[in-house]
Amino acid sequence: MTQDLPNAIDVRAIVKTFGDFTAVDHISFAVKDGEIFGLLGPNGAGKSTLIRMMVTLLPPTEGTALINGFDVVAKADDVRRSIGVIPQAMTSDLELSVEENLLIFAKLYGVPREKRNRLITELLEAVELTQWRDKPVKNLSGGMRRRVEIARGLVHEPRVFFLDEPTTGLDPVSRTAVWGMLQKIKSQRDLTVLITTHYMDEADKLCDRIAIVDHGKLVVLDSPAALKASIPGRDPASVTLDDVFVHYTGRDLRDALQEPSAQDSPFVMRR
Amino acid sequence: MHRTWAIIERELRRFRKSPMMIVMSMIFPLLQLIVLGYAFGGNVKHLKLAIVDQDGGVPAVKIKELATAVSAGARTLDLVDYTDQGRAMTDLRNGVVNGVLTIPPDFSRRSLTGSDPRVALISDNTDTFVSATMAGTVGSVVAALNAPAAPVRVQGVAGLDVVEVYPYVPYIQYLLPGSITMSIFMMVMIGGGIIFIDDKARGLHEGYLVTPITKLELVAGFNISGTIKAVLAGACIMVLGSLIAGVPSPLDPIRLLRMLIVVALTAFSLISLMFLLMVRVTDPLMPRMMFGLLNTVLYFPSGAVYPQAGFPGWMKVIAAVDPFTYAVHAFKSLLLKNTGFNAIAGDVLFLFVFSAIAMTAATALFKRTL
Repeated sequence: MTQDLPNAIDVRAIVKTFGDFTAVDHISFAVKDGEIFGLLGPNGAGKSTLIRMMVTLLPPTEGTALINGFDVVAKADDVRRSIGVIPQAMTSDLELSVEENLLIFAKLYGVPREKRNRLITELLEAVELTQWRDKPVKNLSGGMRRRVEIARGLVHEPRVFFLDEPTTGLDPVSRTAVWGMLQKIKSQRDLTVLITTHYMDEADKLCDRIAIVDHGKLVVLDSPAALKASIPGRDPASVTLDDVFVHYTGRDLRDALQEPSAQDSPFVMRR
Repeated sequence: MHRTWAIIERELRRFRKSPMMIVMSMIFPLLQLIVLGYAFGGNVKHLKLAIVDQDGGVPAVKIKELATAVSAGARTLDLVDYTDQGRAMTDLRNGVVNGVLTIPPDFSRRSLTGSDPRVALISDNTDTFVSATMAGTVGSVVAALNAPAAPVRVQGVAGLDVVEVYPYVPYIQYLLPGSITMSIFMMVMIGGGIIFIDDKARGLHEGYLVTPITKLELVAGFNISGTIKAVLAGACIMVLGSLIAGVPSPLDPIRLLRMLIVVALTAFSLISLMFLLMVRVTDPLMPRMMFGLLNTVLYFPSGAVYPQAGFPGWMKVIAAVDPFTYAVHAFKSLLLKNTGFNAIAGDVLFLFVFSAIAMTAATALFKRTL
């Protein structure tokens, strides 16, 4: 489907170490323009570190990544202008209204005044928050807050959208609503999406291709159907992505050290 | 520059929705001004002085009469007669009295023969304010005793006439410059430092870091928004404090304008210092811990509560680089002396240069990545 399209994301032998610990170990892959690409892996596998390098939040130790053709180290500001990011932590301002949150980020990205209101209105309609635009984010449910973040991440019309575990902590109804929003937005825009998730059904439903990362290495990369077909001795029709995940990562409980994140803070907002 | 304005707009929109923050930042300096101003501002009165008259002669009676006059007039002393020196000393040690004035048995004889008559004041020097006041008051009683009955036609000793340039300055007015500076500092810490680190810990800064904003734009946005908040707090205390402390012409527009400029410069220098200290901090407990530390290190050496001339050398060094020192000096000049900018040019220059250095250093140290 996307064979002839240019790469929106091109990760080249990227490495990230924290002291003696290698969080990401020579990972390479490419994501075509317009693709929805899933990054799966157990806790501590290196997904968030990988995504943080791609969105310029962490400098790679070795290797690099090109986003929309811009190098994440040499052309970091060009990368930032062309991407939208929903970090794992809830980064909306709870005191401000839905609209104010979007407005501030539109200004941070330098969206021209004449486009701002139109874009914000369109996005709020897309995530079905129009009637809540004047309400403080702190009064919204977890699922609605996530939708605010999705709208905020798209307020400058990025070409690549990174979502780091966007549905973690949401109830099944809210999760389904977020998936619906993402698919709707994707169908309306020329957008490449890279998403990390723990939910196999989410990946199965949303993603064109899936990469499984474990112990900082890329274990396998293919379409959901091809991944299911790759499980030996099983009828692909009866195989789920959970089976694929367990097949490639094993059943061992993972006790991995990781860098402390915002969610580890005693002051973190709970979604 | 538009990104800097976006940061400022966000911070001020949040600030507008948290009016409690500005109230909180003003309560402490106002309370401090009122409580310390009235606690330290009054004259010491009703000190209990035990008089042990072991003499009983006319000069001894005259001393007691003079002391009684002081106790009746200025009410600095409350006199208590003792017949037993030992009992008086025991009461002094137990805190029943603040001092013991002993008139020895040969006082009258020595007075009349002019052979060095002496009385003894034994005071509780664990409270230096009380003992100094008592020594001064009893000293004036003895001086009055020594004064000639009729003034000599030609005075043989030099006299001193003290002329005060400004009207009497009560201690509460003396404290006001420090209270204004403290209110600015409180807002800098609450509305700047603590919120900055809390936002960082919550991950809100990740949202900024993925935008194309530069380090300078981000630091400038935080500094300018923090300055605006601190100016609001400082200006409120400036007006309210002037009214409470009874500063003459508290609403003089020219002085208010000059004060506002110093408030803004002080706010900018303190917020720049705070960001320099917090730029690499991630632990939300750190700014709370530093709050008390900075309060002590910056406020007390500044001359806000006690003249710097009395400081030891090492403390004078701290005072010399402390932005509070220059802010307090400038506010004192404008508030208590009603001077123009000439008198505070040095303070203004220091605060400006300090802000520029601190902000440049904070920008250099700011990490653009996690």
